[in-house]
Amino acid sequence: MSEPLLQAVDLQCERDERILFRDLSFSILPGTVARVEGPNGSGKTTLLRMLAGLNDAWSGNLLWCGKSRSAQREEFIRNTLYLGHRPGIKPLLTPMENLRALTAGRRPLPDPVLRQALDGTGLTGFQDVPCRNLSAGQQRRVALARLLIADEPLWLLDEVFTAIDASGVSAIEQLLQQRAAEGGAVVVTTHHDLRLPGMQRIVLGGGSTDEC
Amino acid sequence: MNADCRPALTLRQDTVGALAAMQTVFARDMKVAFRQRQDLLNPLLFFVMVVTLFPLGVSPEVSFLREAGAGILWVAALLSVLLSLDHLFRHDFDDGTLEQLVLQPQPLFLLVLAKTAAHWVLTGLPLVVLTPVLGVMVHLDGNSIGVLCLTLLIGTPVLSLIGSIGAALTLGLRSAGVLLSLLIIPLYIPVLIFGTGTVASAAEGAPAGAYLALMGAFLVLALTLAPFASAAALRISLFNG
Amino acid sequence: MWQFFHKLGSPKWFFGIAARLMPWLLAGGILLLMAGIVWGLAYAPKDYLQGNSYRIIFIHVPTAFLAQSVYVMMAVAAVVTLVWRMKLADVFVKSVAPVGLVLTFLSLFTGAVWGKPTWGTWWVWDARLTSMLILLFLYGGVIALDRAINDEKSAARAVSVLVLVGVVNIPIIQYSVEWWNTLHQPSTFKLTEKPSMPAEMWVPLLLSVLGLYLLFGWLACLRMQTEILLREQRTRWVKDYVLAGRG
Repeated sequence: MSEPLLQAVDLQCERDERILFRDLSFSILPGTVARVEGPNGSGKTTLLRMLAGLNDAWSGNLLWCGKSRSAQREEFIRNTLYLGHRPGIKPLLTPMENLRALTAGRRPLPDPVLRQALDGTGLTGFQDVPCRNLSAGQQRRVALARLLIADEPLWLLDEVFTAIDASGVSAIEQLLQQRAAEGGAVVVTTHHDLRLPGMQRIVLGGGSTDEC
Repeated sequence: MNADCRPALTLRQDTVGALAAMQTVFARDMKVAFRQRQDLLNPLLFFVMVVTLFPLGVSPEVSFLREAGAGILWVAALLSVLLSLDHLFRHDFDDGTLEQLVLQPQPLFLLVLAKTAAHWVLTGLPLVVLTPVLGVMVHLDGNSIGVLCLTLLIGTPVLSLIGSIGAALTLGLRSAGVLLSLLIIPLYIPVLIFGTGTVASAAEGAPAGAYLALMGAFLVLALTLAPFASAAALRISLFNG
Repeated sequence: MWQFFHKLGSPKWFFGIAARLMPWLLAGGILLLMAGIVWGLAYAPKDYLQGNSYRIIFIHVPTAFLAQSVYVMMAVAAVVTLVWRMKLADVFVKSVAPVGLVLTFLSLFTGAVWGKPTWGTWWVWDARLTSMLILLFLYGGVIALDRAINDEKSAARAVSVLVLVGVVNIPIIQYSVEWWNTLHQPSTFKLTEKPSMPAEMWVPLLLSVLGLYLLFGWLACLRMQTEILLREQRTRWVKDYVLAGRG
């Protein structure tokens, strides 16, 4: 029914003279959660960075709403949220300040909304403590608070479950599912055994090390 | 626009203006810097110490210091800016802020410009403020100190701008600090020559206006070209990571 | 036209062309350089002011000339790397940067040797020498950056940005060094600015400049070939080539 948001056609990526993947094609439709799977070193993070536009050592085609992504870069960036391994949290700033700085360049939100988002990730009472005094999981949650207020139709999430406790994990799972129900699209890489109904899988690492 | 693309969520067409985004970047860098005040003092202390080395190492004679003072101060300022450049993008690179910066919808070169501006306000500007004190210590006369401050005021932003290219190119590399100096020092030479030369010719009674205007031209050139080069270099370094 | 352009970007194609060009470049280069140097050293007239010591210009000037133009060539290749992502352009930059460094060093060295009898000292902070010294630093930076980055593509592009930034700066550096020189040494006596050089002097000079250009072309081809073999070592044609060479 609806057009794919993001479409990959015959992607090939080479890194350090090794082919990570080739002939990789998939479509990300609105309302889906897609999980990138594969063993360590199969290029999950690389693929996600490629999709986000943080890596250009690849060949093939990436289409955004049916048209070449490179021709509409700004439009693509505006509508995509990427959270990497290192999610851009400054240890010297408080969660509030971090969240404000991260959202201000895309969509400024009033402080109460940000505060509420931090509440929602279980950081109640920590909003104004410098992040370096928080635990790894709590710092991670600051970044995840962005998901509670993000309105980008496409989310690219690299290792979202890292350092998150069990209750946090199920909350995130719920959030992703809810997001898909709303019509958003999510691509995740994770070592966590994520199983959601109707989840799409993008499998990497066929051991394709052939020479060209 | 995207008539053929109908996600359940609407695609956003508008975004935050570049100026507002630049302000955010600038404000964040300022805030981070003031949370760690010692890092702000370091280049200044370095500046003072290098200047101190010359009377001790060469000669404390008034005639020598008066002759060499402007050059000493300029070289010391140049070195302390160089020393601080390594921090310009490194922390952002390490904590992922840089990735988010590259993925902001505004042109990257403007955001880089905002970061460079913050760098200058935090390092170059304090050096200029400190210069009169050190100028007196190396026995420069009032007129020379004034001209020296002006040249540093115009010159240090150029140092930050050119330096941002080097910092972006060496981001994430081993021994980035030394490499950064190797790449950047040759590019600093014109600014140094005109900075000290202007003071020298002003001391001989020549009007400094023309030379200051020339330095202003350097600044304009650096302002227009350096952010593009740094943005390109940042992308290259980031895509490598 | 475009086909030609793409062909030009193909390392394999270049490898073949270079192999055919190289003997000519080498022979022509040696011939011209020898002619220029022998003529210049043995037959060209003595300088009325400096006697025989001026004859070093037949080596000094070509190296200095080439050292500067190699940087400009690198800048052109850098644009090609950044805009068209052509592999060959990046192979060129990587291969010739050390050559440029050596040429710059040679021109500084011969300049110093020349300076001893003329100025009575090995080194003078003369505008030209200082500019060349800075050029040496620029070459050094390019090579250091290239060595420091592991990833080939990133290295190529980072180096290209640096080379371009450098080439924008070179005129500014030269202008400022000249201004600095007039400020500090208003009466430096300039050697290379002869108002009129007799034909017996400039013709051999021209010959040796041309000869060195050809030799540079040969060396560039050789180094590029080596680099191409290294980079393409996993491809069929390189394997065939190496096997054929052995058998």
